[in-house]
Amino acid sequence: MTDADRLADALRPHGGEVRTAGPADAVDGVPATVVARPVTTDGVAAVLREATAQGLVTVARGGATALDWGAPPERVDLLLDTTGLDRLVEHGAGDLVVVAEAGLPVAELLGHVAGAAQELVVDLPPDRLAGGSTVGGALSTGASGPRRLQRGALRDLVLGATVVLADGTVATAGGTVVKNVAGYDLAKLLTGAYGTLGVVVRAAFRLHPVRPDRAFGVAAGPAADVAARARSVVASQLAPAAVEIDRPAGSDVAEVAVLLEGAGAAVGRRAAEAAGLLDGRVQDEPPAWWGALPGGPGTLAKATATLTGVADLLAAARAAEQRHGAGVALRGTAAGVLHALVTGTPGATAGAVGRLRGAAPSPREGTVTVLRASREVRAALDVWGPVGGLDLMRAVKRQLDPGRNLAPGRFVGGI
Amino acid sequence: MGESGVGRLGRVIGELMGTLGTGQVITDRQRRRTYECDGLSAYRVVPGVVVLARTAADVVTTVRACARHGVPFVARGSGTGLSGGALPHAEGVLVVLSQLRAVREADVDNQRAVVEPGVINLQLTAATSPDGYYFAPDPSSQSVCSIGGNVAENSGGAHCLKYGFTTNHVTGLDLVTPGGEQVEIGGKAPDPPGYDLLGALVGSEGTLGVVTAATVRLTRLPQEVRTLLAAFRTMDDAGAATSAIIAAGVIPAAIEMMDALAIEAAEAAVHCGYPAGAGAVLVIELDGPAPDVAGEFDDVVRLCETAGAFEVRVAADDAERALIWKGRKSAFAAVGRISPDYIVQDGVIPRTALPQVLRQIAELGERAGVRVANVFHAGDGNLHPLVLFDGGVPGAVDRAEEVAGGILDLCLEHGGSITGEHGVGADKAKHMPRMFTPDDLDTMQAVRCAFDPEGIANPGKVFPTPRLCGERPGRHRGAHPLAESGVAEVF
Repeated sequence: MTDADRLADALRPHGGEVRTAGPADAVDGVPATVVARPVTTDGVAAVLREATAQGLVTVARGGATALDWGAPPERVDLLLDTTGLDRLVEHGAGDLVVVAEAGLPVAELLGHVAGAAQELVVDLPPDRLAGGSTVGGALSTGASGPRRLQRGALRDLVLGATVVLADGTVATAGGTVVKNVAGYDLAKLLTGAYGTLGVVVRAAFRLHPVRPDRAFGVAAGPAADVAARARSVVASQLAPAAVEIDRPAGSDVAEVAVLLEGAGAAVGRRAAEAAGLLDGRVQDEPPAWWGALPGGPGTLAKATATLTGVADLLAAARAAEQRHGAGVALRGTAAGVLHALVTGTPGATAGAVGRLRGAAPSPREGTVTVLRASREVRAALDVWGPVGGLDLMRAVKRQLDPGRNLAPGRFVGGI
Repeated sequence: MGESGVGRLGRVIGELMGTLGTGQVITDRQRRRTYECDGLSAYRVVPGVVVLARTAADVVTTVRACARHGVPFVARGSGTGLSGGALPHAEGVLVVLSQLRAVREADVDNQRAVVEPGVINLQLTAATSPDGYYFAPDPSSQSVCSIGGNVAENSGGAHCLKYGFTTNHVTGLDLVTPGGEQVEIGGKAPDPPGYDLLGALVGSEGTLGVVTAATVRLTRLPQEVRTLLAAFRTMDDAGAATSAIIAAGVIPAAIEMMDALAIEAAEAAVHCGYPAGAGAVLVIELDGPAPDVAGEFDDVVRLCETAGAFEVRVAADDAERALIWKGRKSAFAAVGRISPDYIVQDGVIPRTALPQVLRQIAELGERAGVRVANVFHAGDGNLHPLVLFDGGVPGAVDRAEEVAGGILDLCLEHGGSITGEHGVGADKAKHMPRMFTPDDLDTMQAVRCAFDPEGIANPGKVFPTPRLCGERPGRHRGAHPLAESGVAEVF
């Protein structure tokens, strides 16, 4: 039984508000009871401590652009709205570091650091960025975009994080300098953990200088060809910032687009070379699909592969369509992190996901995890697929959230 | 409880003698003594027993025996670590992994290699460079250090400014947990599902288990590499040049700085011929596609000259590049020419605080009457002050240690870290509470408990006080040590 008054009492000294949840506060169809919107780390700690003492289940929410990713939580007694923690704490422009509170929209962070001609190379999909995706949300969902090819994923850019555990403990790991090996790198452990280990309240990231010039090399062709040409660019010495592949559902043709970044005429020369490898052309602007997740209704999945396995994934998409009658749109980096939008009946979707999973000879060479799906689809398939180290993950969860108070059921293995 | 540590160790030795091959279990004290320290020779402990593992199965056998009897174990690669991370345990097993040295697979098509932990860092580069690839993390000990050690310490190097640290280059690990289970985490594909256990494991200094294979990224060799040496009258000028380069949006592969004393030592040792009268030199390397490097290189030369460089030497070929790097890479050992003893410190500051911190270090040294030579990765603010002393002079060690400790204080005051790449190990565990709160450390140790509930994997490292895994963390609600002293707000 949720005692909202006591939650409000706990939060009161720290500012912020507690209110009754409405229909818009549901998490992937699971209604919430109470919403708390703290404005400080201490407020988060106070309200979490009280919620856990009451035995409540808490789910954190930032911009809610990916709240339906991961399995639905078993229940939601308290929805912890992090958008009140929206300060940009520090931008060390000379040090290429930014520290921000979890509720700060990524778009605002980018706008701020752009003033110093810098950027956080997170490359969130445009609709998440426009939808107010927060620092904490991007971190907790392990956001991945085109330029991870060269500069790494968000987990490679995070330097430190402060987290509030279910019992209200406030803990920081890492730091605010780009180089640091003191203690465990818990910031990486929290990245992509969907808020099941703690509520991230603050994080520090490495920034990059914005390269003044860019150009794209683009080409289209049969999927297998496109995969091979994309790989030739990845294997070249052109240092591409990104190599993206797009294969629309039901299509025999795929597109590849290569981003070259740098300064001056050298960029154009590299773009021309890349276009040569692609047997394509140079253009100034990216294709319309660049950086976006394959959109529309359906089941959204993340598929990983080795560099050579990307071709197999593309082939599996075609095979899944022919065999199961599903639609499979695939898009993502030739470095082997793609998103699939699968349409069709639950049975067809399950068949298609299985087919994509089978593209890799083993989970070491590629995995498919379902991010967003209807209940019917979730019931028809294995959402996570095989997970190496699951026992260790369960042990980590038991240590940090022994009462399963944080988003239970949302993560791998029912964590 | 009951049985003594020595008694339990005896049982483990008995079991291992019966299972492992002849010569793999070393009990002779003289032979054990050769493993009494790693690269930090100030700490020495003769291991209870040494196991020379030849296969992953040997590691499993050894760890399981340890787990059965509650005996601590310490994994060791090449023993080049500088924080005592591989310091043995007197009543424990030292698992030596240097014979696990197969490059199992160099899969250049997928830009991955699968290596055993004893593979030497540079050997992987040597094995893959004919195909146009290399292993990017390049600690200065790369010709002798093992990749297993790199994984344990999250090693960096001069080029990590651009290419990242070991943690950015590991996509899979085969782990033997402290309970003796074999777990495969990740592989050749990126982003394995679930918690980022790789992120927790890399840099955990052997406290979460023993790695028996690592899948690592292979990086494409750059089309062009250009190296220059810029000589400045003062450290401030060299610092200003560094800032100007970063501010111009250039990320060089490396920017290394040496001060006058470090230059003097390097000259004495390797005759690198750095410009006379330099108060500081920068070694700057740019790499990438040829046209881009050419443009950036001109910018860098101009920025150095604007900042006051009185001489800029550009390496015309590989031999000249090697000569420029020779002075920098030999600097640690070279100070042995100008001082009988020295402490290599490793701390990090925000790069912009460099000029101020260097002045403060100089003052610290002057006050204590101790000479400090500075060699560091200027691009990312990773300092390696070399604190010189003569162990034969009474009180000199203490004064040197005081200065070395004071330098860490300076790093923390400026919002930095007590270690950028050498690790915490045995040496800096005592400093951890100056950087982290009890809650921070308890939370890290909770993760440790998930992997190692019995606390047998490299105990005594990283954390100043072990936490019993059954207990709920103590609730210390005091202020953060840095916040309390007004240095920083809680991050």
